[in-house]
Order: sequence, then structure tokens, then C-alpha cells
Amino acid sequence: MSDFLQEVNEKIGGVPIQRCYHCRKCTAGCPLASVMEYNPNKIIKMIQMGMKDEVLYSATIWLCASCETCVTRCPNEVNIARMMDVLRQMAIENGGAIREKNVLSFHKAFLASIKMNGRINEPMMMVHYKLLSGDLFSDMAMGLGMFMKGKLSIFSPKTVNLASVKKIFSDTTKQS
Amino acid sequence: MKVSYYPGCSLHATAKEYDQSVKAVSAALGIELKEVEDWSCCGATSAHSTNFKLSVALPARNLIAAEKDALDVMVPCAACFNRFKSAQHHLKDDPKLKKEIEKIVGWTYKGTARVRNPIDIIYNDIGLDNLKGLVQRQLTGLKPVSYYGCLLLRPPEVCEFDNYENPVLLDKMMESLGAEVKQWSYKTDCCGGSLTISRSDIVGNMVNKLMKMAKEAGANCIAVACPVCMANLDMRAKAELRIPVFYFTELIGIALGLKGSQDWIKLHNIDSKPLLSGLGLL
Repeated sequence: MSDFLQEVNEKIGGVPIQRCYHCRKCTAGCPLASVMEYNPNKIIKMIQMGMKDEVLYSATIWLCASCETCVTRCPNEVNIARMMDVLRQMAIENGGAIREKNVLSFHKAFLASIKMNGRINEPMMMVHYKLLSGDLFSDMAMGLGMFMKGKLSIFSPKTVNLASVKKIFSDTTKQS
Repeated sequence: MKVSYYPGCSLHATAKEYDQSVKAVSAALGIELKEVEDWSCCGATSAHSTNFKLSVALPARNLIAAEKDALDVMVPCAACFNRFKSAQHHLKDDPKLKKEIEKIVGWTYKGTARVRNPIDIIYNDIGLDNLKGLVQRQLTGLKPVSYYGCLLLRPPEVCEFDNYENPVLLDKMMESLGAEVKQWSYKTDCCGGSLTISRSDIVGNMVNKLMKMAKEAGANCIAVACPVCMANLDMRAKAELRIPVFYFTELIGIALGLKGSQDWIKLHNIDSKPLLSGLGLL
């Protein structure tokens, strides 16, 4: 068994992905398969073949929207959605290049907002995302429209016991 | 009945009309809401995509706060609902993880709070006959398709909600208000979720298809129960394909003649006034 396959299986912690018999039900139901670089079934095959670099640098792992259709329909109960989470986390830990950088930038901005306020401050999170991604001008009109309707507030209330939220971040980041 | 209430971040911002309509509908149905004390974000897609333990610890902090009230927890946002149910699922099956998370959050996790979406509470605890009895204005001529999306249903053993391939609770609820619910096969398809910010091109195509299919089914609006589905359908679909999108609680509010229902719908991007005034529902 390839080291990569073993590592992925350990991190998923459930049904080993060798149990996949490639019926491609996951891919038939995947709403993002058509825009993925490799479809979900191909990713499983590539892990089985030990193609670590190709998998971790693929667009697929960032374009999976975690809709969980694959795992719901898999006849062998392979947790493909969890597998995608595991692969994303391995790609981050690996420290190599990330294919869909803006998806990760969004996650970073989102989590930074929780860490800072306990809750998402949408306008501030969007500014942070734009700075991280460099995509400064998209959705400006939409944001302005929402602001005019009073849907975006810069001063939304924070969690009072922020220390408890910050502790969650520091404790979980240390260990992973 | 009395329940704990976890609004989550969206309901205080882009989905504030969902928050307002849930509160008004709950009051009308005799559901008393007690907000979970000093709640924090559930972590959503960003936490589980990047850090497993964080994705369990963030909801656990809120579940532990809710357990102190010893009530069922109403979670209207489908994304928060899914993260709460998922955290409970992991904590139930893994004593080692539970111990670790308790240390991080600094409190014992009991796993006693029942996490419930308002669709479930209204359908199962209030009952559609009671809801029907309160209708002031039948939603005659309104032809919604019910759009459940992903996060209320999948994976089924975690969400424990409704039939995961053909859910019906929302359809039946809309019918009890006098709406002519249309059938379609896209009830549980994905809207693209949080890719809407980083890959709005992809999400645009996904919601265009949903709008097209809703129209083909003969619908004149879409009923949703998720702030992300709402935002994507309401904002990202092509102008020529758009039909109005409503939170299901807004439609209950209109049918029950609740104060504020005319204001909630003004917060949508797609103007629903022409449809509603044409049907005499404004």
C-alpha cells in the first residue's frame, strides 16, 4: 500500500478508500464534477496509485463544495466528502503551492474574522478576502446594494467572551 | 413550547429577514425563543475544510452553552444546523476526541441538546393543522418549488432530517398555506455554497440551472431554508432567468398576515412585489 493511501485512510478514520470499486456514483451525482480537474472517482484512483503531488496540487480538492452527495450515495460508504477535507488539510500542511488560491484565501479571511470577533463581520471579512486574493473590484455593486438595504453592518455585535474563542483557535492550531 | 435559539452570523447580517421572520412566526405559533448565551460562529465550510478539530470545537462551544438551558435548540441556518449535527456525531462516536474538545472549550459536553431546524419544529411539534388554522390569507396562485439544498439533509445519518433524496416537509408546509407547490427534481441539488465569493463564475452557472429548472416545473417562486442558498439564488442568477426567492418563514408570515412581512421581502435582491401584488398578497 502506498504511504499516501495509508496516510489518507488514517486521517479519514473510517472506511478505507480501497473499498471503492469505481462505480462512479460519486462522480455521476457530483454537482462540481464538470469543472473539476479530476473528478472525485479519479482522485480516489490517484490516491490508490500514490500520486500525492498531483492530488494535493489539484483544483478538485478546492472546488468540492462539500455538498455530501457523494458520501450519501456511495454503496461502499467511502466518506469522500471527509476525504476532500483531509486532502485540503494535507495540502495546507504540505506547504506547497495551492491550485485554487482564492478559495483558500476566502477560508483564511473567514476564520480570521471568527478569531477576531467570535462571529463573522461580513464587510470586514470581505475587505480582508479582497486584500488576500487581490481580487479587489468584483461584487462591489452587489456589496453596495446590500449595504444600502442595511444588510451589512460594520459594527455587528461580537462574542463577549472572546478569550474562549481565541483559545479554541490556539489549541486546535497547535495540535494540527 | 420554549426552545433555545441559535441565530448564527448570517441571520444577523445578510439573512436578517430570515431572523426577523423566524422570530415573528415563532411568536405567532407560540414558540418562545431563548437566544443561546454569548454564542459564537459555527465555523461553517471554512473550518471543516482547513482544520478538523476547529470544526468540532467551534460548534461544541455553542452546544455546551445551549445545554445549560436544557431545551431543544432551534437552528434556522442550514449551514449552522449541519455543523452542529456533525459535531454531535463526531463527539458521540469518539470519546478521545470528546475529552480533547472538552479541554479546549473548558466545559463538559453532555450531548443532550436536540438540534432542530424550524421546519422540523413547526411540522412535528406545532403541526400543519394548527398552522393552517392560523392562515389569514391563502397563498392562492403562488407556485413555489421547495429547495432544501444540501446541508439540512446530507449525510442523512448525521442530519436525521427528512427523506434525503425526496424531502417533503417544506412542500407539505407550503401546501397547508394554500400555495400550489410544484414538483421538481432539483430539491436537494447544490447551489455552490461558499464558492460564491472565490468562484462566482461556477456558482452563477449552478444557480442559473436551478432557476431554469424551477421555471420549467411551472414555479413562480422558490422557497428556501438556507441563507447561503438564498444569497446565491437571489444574487448570482442571470437577470432573465430570475424568479423571486423567499425564506419559507416569510411565506408563513405573509399567509398569517404577520406584521413586518412586507418589510422582510424588501431586503431581497430580486423584487417580489410584482408577483405578490399581482396575486393580491401585498
